[in-house]
Amino acid sequence: MQSVPAIPDILKLKKASGTQRRFQDNLVIVLFLLPALILFLLFVIYPIFQSVYYSLFNWKGFGPAVDFVGLDNFKNILVDRVFLIALRNGFFIIVFSLLLQLPLSMLLAVLVGRDLPGRVFFRTIFFMPFVLSEVITALMWLFLFNPDPERGFLNAIVVLFGAKPVPWLGNTDIVLLVIFVVLTWKYFGFHMLLYLTGLQNIPTELEEAARIDGANALQSFFRITLPLLGTTIRTSVYLSVIGSIQQFILVWIMTKGGPVNASETLATYMYRFGFVRFQLGYGSAVAIYMFLICVIFSLVYQRLTRRPDYLTGL
Amino acid sequence: MPFAYLLPRWLQRTLSRFFHYVLLILIVLVVVVPIVMLVFAALKTRGEVMSQPYTPPMPVRWENIQTILGGTVFWGMLRNSLVVMLVVTAGVVVICSLAAFVFARMEFKGKGWAFNLFTLGLMFPINVAILPVYFVLRQMDQAGINMIDSLLGVIVVQIAFALSGNILILRGFFTAVPAELQDAAYIDGCTVFDFFWRILLPLAKPALASVAALTMIASWNDLLVPLVVINTETLWTLPLGTMQFQGQYGQDLALVSAFVALSAIPTLIFYVFAERQIVSGLTAGAVKG
Repeated sequence: MQSVPAIPDILKLKKASGTQRRFQDNLVIVLFLLPALILFLLFVIYPIFQSVYYSLFNWKGFGPAVDFVGLDNFKNILVDRVFLIALRNGFFIIVFSLLLQLPLSMLLAVLVGRDLPGRVFFRTIFFMPFVLSEVITALMWLFLFNPDPERGFLNAIVVLFGAKPVPWLGNTDIVLLVIFVVLTWKYFGFHMLLYLTGLQNIPTELEEAARIDGANALQSFFRITLPLLGTTIRTSVYLSVIGSIQQFILVWIMTKGGPVNASETLATYMYRFGFVRFQLGYGSAVAIYMFLICVIFSLVYQRLTRRPDYLTGL
Repeated sequence: MPFAYLLPRWLQRTLSRFFHYVLLILIVLVVVVPIVMLVFAALKTRGEVMSQPYTPPMPVRWENIQTILGGTVFWGMLRNSLVVMLVVTAGVVVICSLAAFVFARMEFKGKGWAFNLFTLGLMFPINVAILPVYFVLRQMDQAGINMIDSLLGVIVVQIAFALSGNILILRGFFTAVPAELQDAAYIDGCTVFDFFWRILLPLAKPALASVAALTMIASWNDLLVPLVVINTETLWTLPLGTMQFQGQYGQDLALVSAFVALSAIPTLIFYVFAERQIVSGLTAGAVKG
């Protein structure tokens, strides 16, 4: 800004710089948003609409889609036994995660707590699997789960205790549980980290006050700590469910959805039809179903928990 | 513990600490043993892996490591992964901070609507979107922009699907900068861009570092996008190459273990140095919201 103008000029100047500023602002808004908007519309939003279109065709991916089948793909998916298995497996993984994985993470967060000597060490180790890629995780566990006790460490232990070797990934009854163990190994540290941060935001005075008032450790945890962690828990549950719905790499590398589809997930089901069998119309319809499941869950969850946390603004 | 209250206070505390540590160390073992077994196998010969699979490598054999590091395949994958990671990280940091600035600091009609559009991306993760996205890449490829079987395709998709979360994180940080600072800057004659470039970004350096660290990890570890986009062997990234290597040499457990272990090392080194940024980025995104 230059020197102070004479009084009669002030109004004029203000007006002029105001429009100039507004123009400048608009330019910044447009230029700053443009790169994100273009990429987002082109690679996230546009594909949704396109797959809605392709899902109405029987299309192998060669040439334009011409064999219009209406909603047949959507109907066929719903009566496909394998799709229903995938749906059920997704549901199981969600339930296991919420009932076992998250409570375990919470327990560890409370144990590590605010002031345990060595807490940084434990946090670093527990969080490490989250940083390793899913490929490395899957291969590592694939070696451990080798059914031959001479080659697979876990069966070596089983045999050491006098039991028969277990065909971990080859048994349709337990394969999903086995995969869940690996999922937990990889992701519990992430949830623990969320809870740890949440715990740190709770003033210790509250718990101390409860203790002075005669609450024991359990009471103080369930009545004070847990409710105060509400926002963190909501977020962790949301991320866990969305993550469970779209589980792919670990399952694909360890079992390819087998044996006999026993560990199929929605994502492996879609991948199989899209990229292995090249039934692209059918695969698109699966993608739409998955998308709908994610969106409906997100919206219902927002409504139920009432507080917009992770999805601020929705 | 029943009757624990009969014990003196200090003993109660020591006992409870003791049980804390027992449980925590047990979990540490569960986390560490798979990694240790992998490293053991990587440092043995093929025969030793068969004859004594679970003992520490005695003596340590560097042959597998040397075989892999002596060839060109591993280095090629490392290079591809590095290229993708660096471009994606630069792209995400720049593009997201521009957009987050607008959402945090500017007013315009339809802002809420535009922001909601981006949050939609959180509900549409790449694992769900991969097939539809592949169609778009193929169309662009047919239109003459080389997207299939090129690192560019991997890069744009990874950036596009990192936008939502990172814009959200950065917007949180940018909003936290006091409005007085902005007013003061404007009174002193700053343009909007000046304020963004000279004041806001330097203040937000820790947040930018967190976003960069998270993006690096996500990009470096991503398998799905390269798996779908890349065919040519020389363009494989490290995760894709690791998976293919296992498929090819699966019988030689020692060699595969060495490859897997080597491909884990960059991530682990990075984790040791950037743990603070990674942790603060994740918790900022998830806890504050």
